[in-house]
Amino acid sequence: MSANKAINILIPIISVLLGLIAGAIIMLVFGYSPVEGYKALWEGAFGDIYFIGETVRQITPYILSGLAVAFAFRTGLFNIGVEGQVIVGWLAAVWIGVAFDLPMIVHLPLAIAAAALAGAFWGFIPGLLKAKLRVHEVIVTIMLNYTALYIANHIIRNVITEQKDRTESVAKSASLQAEWLTEWTQYSTMHMGIILALVAAFLMWFLLEKTTRGFELRAVGFNQHASNYAGMNVDRNIILSMVISGAFAGIAGAMEGLGTFGYMSVRSGFTNIGFDGIAVALLGGNTALGVVLAAGLFGSLKVGALNMPLAGVPTELVDIVVALIIFFVASSYMIRWLLSRFKKEGK
Amino acid sequence: MSLLEMLQTMIPPALFFAAPLIFTALGGVFSERSGVVNIGLEGLMVMGAFVGVVFNLTFYDVFGDTWTPWISILVAAVISALFSLLHALASVTFRADQVVSGVAINFLALGIGVFLIKQWYGKGQTDMVEAPFYTTNIPLLSKIPIIGPIFFSNTYWTTWLAILLAIVVYLIIFKTPFGLRLRSVGEHPMAADTLGINVAKMRYIAVMLSGFMGGLGGSVYALTIALDFSHSTISGQGFMSLAAMIFGKWHPLGAMGAALFFGFAQSLSVISATIPFLQNVPQVYLLIAPYVLTILALAGFIGRADAPKALGTPYIKGSR
Repeated sequence: MSANKAINILIPIISVLLGLIAGAIIMLVFGYSPVEGYKALWEGAFGDIYFIGETVRQITPYILSGLAVAFAFRTGLFNIGVEGQVIVGWLAAVWIGVAFDLPMIVHLPLAIAAAALAGAFWGFIPGLLKAKLRVHEVIVTIMLNYTALYIANHIIRNVITEQKDRTESVAKSASLQAEWLTEWTQYSTMHMGIILALVAAFLMWFLLEKTTRGFELRAVGFNQHASNYAGMNVDRNIILSMVISGAFAGIAGAMEGLGTFGYMSVRSGFTNIGFDGIAVALLGGNTALGVVLAAGLFGSLKVGALNMPLAGVPTELVDIVVALIIFFVASSYMIRWLLSRFKKEGK
Repeated sequence: MSLLEMLQTMIPPALFFAAPLIFTALGGVFSERSGVVNIGLEGLMVMGAFVGVVFNLTFYDVFGDTWTPWISILVAAVISALFSLLHALASVTFRADQVVSGVAINFLALGIGVFLIKQWYGKGQTDMVEAPFYTTNIPLLSKIPIIGPIFFSNTYWTTWLAILLAIVVYLIIFKTPFGLRLRSVGEHPMAADTLGINVAKMRYIAVMLSGFMGGLGGSVYALTIALDFSHSTISGQGFMSLAAMIFGKWHPLGAMGAALFFGFAQSLSVISATIPFLQNVPQVYLLIAPYVLTILALAGFIGRADAPKALGTPYIKGSR
């Protein structure tokens, strides 16, 4: 058991190392210095307090979207629709943010709650269809991503504004940005959302590991038939899992709407927060702590990558590295096999 | 506007948008019929579009106007087939979660594509291709009264290639021994193995065929619709093809029908301004129509669609 656990922790670490090595090889092949490239990456992520602020800002929605994917995974569901849930959450948060003028203590929680509700509703649809009609959640959520994108654009243009391409900025009482924080990080876009993200991670851990409901959710993920036989309501757990997952994703959207940007504009494509959340959850082994760590890694990589052109390396190198890391995590059978071979040789 | 004129406005753009989806959805049929989930269709299309555009730009001088686009899509298909080997390797040999491996394929194709474009052209977007496909009238067929002007005038050869391939794929999957083996591997790999069919080999072939078709789809999209390559050239067409395949119940002709329907829905939002009864419909309804209809269809309004039985499960010899 303990050997198994060690391997489970080793696999993501080995995958990350393999991914970074592959990135270095690619840089070598194209005539860049990997040392310079990764140095630029490091500087771009942690070089000074401004970059650290930017990195933390990027990590914030990643934690939440990672939690969303991971939570559904634990119940045996693949929520590829986090992207759409992020978009509707973002929209709802900004809508509340611009429509009202309330004291902060009411306004901010209300806007965040609206985002969570919107995301939850967007997760409820595939959950219901899966539970009642056995429709595969992957396809429904993919379809709902596009639906969310187009509906959000429509609402921004025709309902919140009059034919404009972006909303007003949210009222100060609904903003997650704090002046002292902005000034302290030399005017980075960092905001208070990181606290919320960490609280959410703790909540997920508590809910899954320490409550009866969490036990049921995990049981359904392990074996639906056994759970059903043991008297658990599988359908209800499936819906609940998607609703909670959607709520996490909605709050991730609120981070962008109330924190990073403070508004929402008409989009031609996806935010990618949701899709990157899949990578975060996979690398994090679908546990709360793992997600926080993986979000830290991917957030740093993404922000640091923006500094890589200084060493001449195109930013997209990091996308290749991230893709390879997922690939290696997915192929963990290969790593397990190699590790077991390695052990035998050692004996 | 007469009915004939209306059909002449509506049908050609529908066919035009449908062609890339048909190619890619057929690829999905191959892969999933053999039991390998292929969410990486999007990435395979990205790879196809990337190779198609780059080859077109580079070898235009060599092959000239007529042949460049055809050779481009062929090369794109072959490279995408090789690229899809990664998916086969992960999901067949390394027993990876096939959905996850597909997601990785999507990330990877986009990363590689944009990285190399920046590397070679110094910017995030290529120039317009030199030799795209042009609309033509199909000889003879376009002379048929009524049907000719609606279907065979002002159309692309690639559209008809797609429809022809759908029939060919149907014949391969349902009328040949190879097709029977492919399906048996996707339904009950152990039974197939007992009868001496090499499960892993069949699945490798199927995934590579899906790469080939996805590459065709992506490059045809790039050389008829997008005409250049950037990070947003392929934005969801692969997922739409996946939906078409499921909507078509994993059947080549069904997938083609679904792709034609999606093409029609997509073209509606483009041409709605010229069609009288659609002028007053807000665009958002037309934009979300394909997706909402797919969900409704899946929810049972077209009857049950059952996936191949062994879909998504790696085959491990000797386990039951």
